[in-house]
Amino acid sequence: MYKYDQYDHQMLSDRIKQFRDQTERYISGDLSEAEFLPLRLQNGLYIQRMAPMLRVAVPYGMLSSDQLRKLAFISNHYDKGYGHLTTRQNIQFNWPALEDLPDILEDLSKVEMHAIQTSGNCIRNTTTDQFAGVSPEELEDSRPYCEIIRQWSTFHPEFAYLPRKFKIAVCGTTEDQAATQVHDIGIYLKRNPEGEIGFQILAGGGLGRTPVIGREVFEFVSKPHLLTALEAILRVYNRLGRRDNKYKARIKILVKETGIDEFKNLVFKEWQKIKNGPSTLTEQEIDRCKSYFIAPSYEELADDPEELTSELDKNLLFKSWFDQNVKPHKKLGYSIVSICLKETGVAPGDITDVQLTCLADIAEEFSFGEVRVTHHQNIVLADVKQADLLTLWKKLDKESLSSPNLGLLTDMICCPGGDFCALANAKSLPIAESIQRQFAQEQFLKKVGELRVNISGCMNACGHHHVGNIGILGVDKKGEEFYQISLGGSSKLKASLGKIIGPAFSQNEIPEVIDKIVNVYLGARNEGEAFIDTYNRIGLQPFKEYVYAKPD
Amino acid sequence: MQSLIKSGKVIQDRWTLLQDATGPEILQAVPEKNFIVPLNFWKLYNSEIEAHLGNITIWLDSHEFVDEIDTDLSDLPMIALNFPIFSDGRPYTTARELREVLNYRGEIRAIGDVLRDQLFYMAQCGFDSYLIRHDQDPEACIKAFDDFQATYQGNVLTPDPLFNRR
Repeated sequence: MYKYDQYDHQMLSDRIKQFRDQTERYISGDLSEAEFLPLRLQNGLYIQRMAPMLRVAVPYGMLSSDQLRKLAFISNHYDKGYGHLTTRQNIQFNWPALEDLPDILEDLSKVEMHAIQTSGNCIRNTTTDQFAGVSPEELEDSRPYCEIIRQWSTFHPEFAYLPRKFKIAVCGTTEDQAATQVHDIGIYLKRNPEGEIGFQILAGGGLGRTPVIGREVFEFVSKPHLLTALEAILRVYNRLGRRDNKYKARIKILVKETGIDEFKNLVFKEWQKIKNGPSTLTEQEIDRCKSYFIAPSYEELADDPEELTSELDKNLLFKSWFDQNVKPHKKLGYSIVSICLKETGVAPGDITDVQLTCLADIAEEFSFGEVRVTHHQNIVLADVKQADLLTLWKKLDKESLSSPNLGLLTDMICCPGGDFCALANAKSLPIAESIQRQFAQEQFLKKVGELRVNISGCMNACGHHHVGNIGILGVDKKGEEFYQISLGGSSKLKASLGKIIGPAFSQNEIPEVIDKIVNVYLGARNEGEAFIDTYNRIGLQPFKEYVYAKPD
Repeated sequence: MQSLIKSGKVIQDRWTLLQDATGPEILQAVPEKNFIVPLNFWKLYNSEIEAHLGNITIWLDSHEFVDEIDTDLSDLPMIALNFPIFSDGRPYTTARELREVLNYRGEIRAIGDVLRDQLFYMAQCGFDSYLIRHDQDPEACIKAFDDFQATYQGNVLTPDPLFNRR
C-alpha cells in the first residue's frame, strides 16, 4: 500500500490549514455561500437533506487496518456510528457537524487519509478493479498507475474548476469490476503487438441523465506518456466543455457534440505540444510507485488444503459462502474473499463502527492488514490463506458479515436515495429491502445465479441503474414515487446500457415485477447461461410481454 | 477601489481596463493613458490603436482563446485574462498555454472575479499579477501564495514534477 513521505504529509497539513481558515471565514460571514461552495465540495463536504455529508477518499479502494480503526472512531465520535461505502470506492458519513470538519480532516490525516476532491467540479478519486494485484487473469497491477494519477490529479492547478466533475478508472483485469467504460476517462492496461504494456484510453463515458459508453481516444499510449495524454484530454475538456448548462457539462456531451474523430484530433494536437515535456513519466517513478504494491510475504502453499476440502464436504453453510464469495488468487494456497455488505434490512453499503473495527482486526489476522472497498459497495480481503477460510468465515458470521450473496440478485448497488439525499426524486433503500425480502431464499438466488440489480433514486444515477442487468430508477410523477425498470445493462468489459421495459411501477409492485423478470429468464435460459446473456439472446420483448400481461 | 498584486505586494496600476462596450473615442480623450482593451476592440480599431500614444494591450474573456490574437504575442507587454466568475476555470488553461506552449514572457494578469482562494492555483498556471475584486483584503490575498509549500505536478513556477525531485 502507498506510504506517505514528507511531501505528501506536508501537502495534506497545508490543505487542512487552508480549509480551516476557509471554514472560519465562512462561519464568520467573510466568505459567501457561493464562494465557499466549491471549496467545501473539494474537501468532501456536501450539505444534505438532514445534515452535512462528508465523503472521505479511499484511493482506488485500499484501506489499512489503522485506517479502518480511524474510520470507526470518526463514525462513532462525530457521527451516528456508521458509514456508507460508495460506488466509487469511497466512504461517506452522513451526520458530521460543519464546525467539526477541520478536526475530522486532521484525524484522517494522521492515517494518511483525506476528503480531497471527493466532490466538486474537479478530478475525483481514481478507482480500479478490487482484485488488482491478486487476480489470476491480470495483465499488470493497476494500482501503481492509480497512485501516479492520484498524485497528478491532486491539487492540479489547471483542473480545479472544470465544467463538471471528472472521474477516472484504471483496469488491468479482463473481468473489469471497475465499470471502466462508464467513466469520464477509462484506462485499460493493454499489451501492444510488440509485447509492450501500456494503456488504452477511453473518454466520454458516464451515467447520469445521459448514459454513454466511453469511446477510444488513444489506442495505445506507452507508459511514459500516460500523464501528458491525460492532460491533453483534460485540457481540451476544460477549454471546450459546456459551462452554460450543468446537465450538458460532462465530457461525454463534449465528445458527442464534437464527434469522436474531431475530439481525438483536438486531443492529439494538444498532446503533441506537451508530449515528452516535463510531465513525462520516468522508469524510476514508475518503479518507485510499484514498490509500494509488491506482493506481501506469501507462504509457499498448495491449493485446496485438507482443512478446507474436508470442511466443505460437511458444512453446507460454509460451502454456500465459499462457493459464492471466495474467488481464485494468483498465488497458490491463497484466496480472495469478498464480504457482501447487503444484509437484508441494512442499507446496501452501510457499515457500522463495530464492523469497521472488527474488519481491522480480521484484516490483520487474515490478510496482511489490508482490505479493499469495491464499487459494488462491498469489502474484499485480498490475501487469505485457504487453510484459514473456515476460521475467517466463523468470525465474519459473528459480525453479520457473512452474507453468501456476492454477485447475486440481492447484492444490489443502491444509492442512499430520498431518505438522505437532497437530489433524489424517490426513495431507493426501501426498494432494495423489499427485493431482498422477496428473494430471501438462498437456494433460489443461487439457482438464478449472477444477476446485477442496480437502484438509483433519481436520474443522476449514483446507483448505476443504467448498467444493472436489471436497473431500477426512482421517478417523481405528480408528487408520487414511481420506479422505471430497465434491462440488459452491464458495466463489465462488454459494457452496455439497459433499455427501459415500459411504463413505471409503484413501489409495492416492484418485488413482483422483478419476480416475473426472473421467471422469464429461468424459463428461457440455456444451461449455464447468465441473465445478461439470455437477455442479449432473446431481447426485451419476452420480458415486456410477461411483465405487462393482463390477466384474461 | 481594486488592488493590484504583483510579486507579493500591492502596486500602483499603470493600466486602465476598458470594458466591452467602449468605443475608440476614449483613446483620443486620454491619449497618454495605457489601456487594456477587449479582443474585439483590438481587432476593430487598428488605426486608432496605432495612433495612440500610450500603451495598449489585450484582455481575453474566458471563452476567447489565444489563437484568436492575430499579433505577435511578444509585442504585447501584458495579456489580461478575465474570470467572469471565479468558478470558470478556462483562464487557467489559457495562462498555461501562454507560458508553456507559446513561451510568452510578458505579464499575465488575472482580472474579473479574482478571489483569495484561487490565487495559489493561478500563480502555478502562470499568472503573475492579480487585479483582485474590490471586497478582497490585499494582505490576506498576498498570504494565499504560500498556502502550499509543495505541489505534485509540474507547473509554470516549478516545471519539474515532484516525482523527479523525490
